[in-house]
Amino acid sequence: MRYYVQRVFQAIITFVGGLFLTYCLYRLMPGGPVQAIVARIVSRRVRQGRPVDAQEIGAQAERMTGINPEHGILEGFYNYVFNIVVYQDFGRSIGFSDPVFDVLFRAMPWSLFISGYGLLLGFTATVLVGTLMAWNEGTKTDSGLTVFVLTMNSIPYYVGAIFMLVIFGFEWGVLPTGGRFPQSAEPGFNAEFMIGVVSHGAMPILSTFILGFAAGSLGMRANTVRIMGSDYLRSAELRGLSTNRILTRYLARNAILPIYTGLVIGISAVFSSSVVTERIFQYPGVGWYMLEALELQDYPLVMGGFVFFAGLTVIAILIADLTYGLIDPRAGDAASRESF
Amino acid sequence: MTDDDIQSDGGATKEEIFGTGDAVERARTPPAQRLKRMYDIYVRTPLLVGWSDWRTRIGGLGILFYILMGTVGVLIVPSPQINEGPNFLGPFEDFSIITGTDYIGRSVGKQVVHSTPAMLQMALAGIVFAIGLGVLIGLVAGYKGGTIDRALMTVTDVFIVLPGLPLIIVIASIYPPRDPFLVGSILAINAWAGLARQLRSQVLTLREEDYVEAARAMGLGTPTIIMQEIMPKLAPFILISAAGAATAVIVASVALYFLGILPFTSDNWGVMMNFARLRGNAIANPGHAGHWLFLPLLALSGLTFALTLFSQGLDRVFNPQLRARHSKTVTDDEGGEP
Repeated sequence: MRYYVQRVFQAIITFVGGLFLTYCLYRLMPGGPVQAIVARIVSRRVRQGRPVDAQEIGAQAERMTGINPEHGILEGFYNYVFNIVVYQDFGRSIGFSDPVFDVLFRAMPWSLFISGYGLLLGFTATVLVGTLMAWNEGTKTDSGLTVFVLTMNSIPYYVGAIFMLVIFGFEWGVLPTGGRFPQSAEPGFNAEFMIGVVSHGAMPILSTFILGFAAGSLGMRANTVRIMGSDYLRSAELRGLSTNRILTRYLARNAILPIYTGLVIGISAVFSSSVVTERIFQYPGVGWYMLEALELQDYPLVMGGFVFFAGLTVIAILIADLTYGLIDPRAGDAASRESF
Repeated sequence: MTDDDIQSDGGATKEEIFGTGDAVERARTPPAQRLKRMYDIYVRTPLLVGWSDWRTRIGGLGILFYILMGTVGVLIVPSPQINEGPNFLGPFEDFSIITGTDYIGRSVGKQVVHSTPAMLQMALAGIVFAIGLGVLIGLVAGYKGGTIDRALMTVTDVFIVLPGLPLIIVIASIYPPRDPFLVGSILAINAWAGLARQLRSQVLTLREEDYVEAARAMGLGTPTIIMQEIMPKLAPFILISAAGAATAVIVASVALYFLGILPFTSDNWGVMMNFARLRGNAIANPGHAGHWLFLPLLALSGLTFALTLFSQGLDRVFNPQLRARHSKTVTDDEGGEP
């Protein structure tokens, strides 16, 4: 129990630490987000020939960013977090003229859909291929798969994405090249919408899958080969258990343990790479909005996107950490170490 | 020590306290021989060991090829000029410009060659930054333990949690980096954290070893123990991570240049791909400008392939456990077959 409390506590600390670091960056932007917005409002007013009231504009900019320039970084950070926690108020997006929370909240499920499916498929394939390679160790299957995995592993994920886009999207025209679902479809429980979602998501998911798949399978293979020599497996064989049972219950379960940590780091890699993936496929998820916001100098949205990614990564790592205790009961016994 | 000193073993050995007579022997061997021995230990043996694995061999040759391309290749291949040929000349159409040309008639192949130095500089900066910070923090945290460990690991966790590419994008928008070395360092900003964590967990087992305890009992300082006792054991792992860091930096930089997030200063593969996409419409119309997009992509994939192969091979070569395990399962055939 203490382990869980400790982990949750640690996760909160890292999350707040990360937020603080970014908030400092956010405030240190040249000119600062508040000044950028003030300048924009002033120029618009002047163009429209309306009176320029410094105080009113200042208040408006403050409302839009959630930043009071008279506050120091620490006080401002406290206010920023307070607003997020209590009111879910991330400020107002300048480019999309909506509250940041609404923009991100609408985009969030789509990002999770892409990353989650890609990651899940990738991890399953990692385990399967790794075990398969180890089971057939030294045969042609093994070396063939090793070469295949190495190639997949070494080629950057967006190379696959670009090739897919060129071939499936434009040359053959079988898959759509942008958007989340067809314009004509009515969101809801109908065939057109659902097929549209799948076909629009297919390429982003596939390219996330490639990213998540190759990384761990060689490690999985090494673990499995090591475990295959151990005595408890031989005794399981002697007891006449079926190959299937040995593979799933005895071999794969133990071989997964060491690469589980790799999966944890993989989660944050997948989330952060979704910025590139969503941009290439023009898939309006959180990453797409974040890049768009950067180009529009929409600082509240950039910051909001950042909070989203950091939060998601913290939660994912926390879940992985907490479940690690479940799958490996030995975890956490290194707690009492002497310090030099 | 003179012969007049009283020695507990009657002077049978010339060993100094806690030494193995290294200093004495070093004084006896002539410099030429010492040089030869150093060459043997630090150059020849690793090369031979590396050569024995096909992955390291191919990967190493690949890396060497790119380094040559970035240094000698730039001198041999003339720099690309405007109007070398017709605009958007396809590959293999004109054999004097075999790679085809871009939107102002520059040879794509020459551009790829002349972009290599910038890529290598970025990779080098990334390696230095990521490895330096990762090694420092990982080793100190793992060895010292206690409060220092907890504090350093909290910082590391913060950087692991921060999503890498979004963070880089935010930083790059605040301080647009222009120098390739600076770009490389910024891109490596979250690469060190994972390495620090991995190194720490390795040090956690090393620090309990007898020889480290002996060094501690002798009263050696923490920096000495870390540098001389712990670091050499982890050197192969650090080398492998260096290849990994280089790959990460190259992949991230090309992605960001391709999407047009980093300011274009020097020619590099990502900038080429960006231009191919925007000016040549290469993605929607690959028959027209595809070669302009795919050649830098090919060069990039080749480099990351060589680096990955190299690090995978090194892992195998340096990991005696893995090697022993491997040879055991091959010769012994026990439990290997279903």
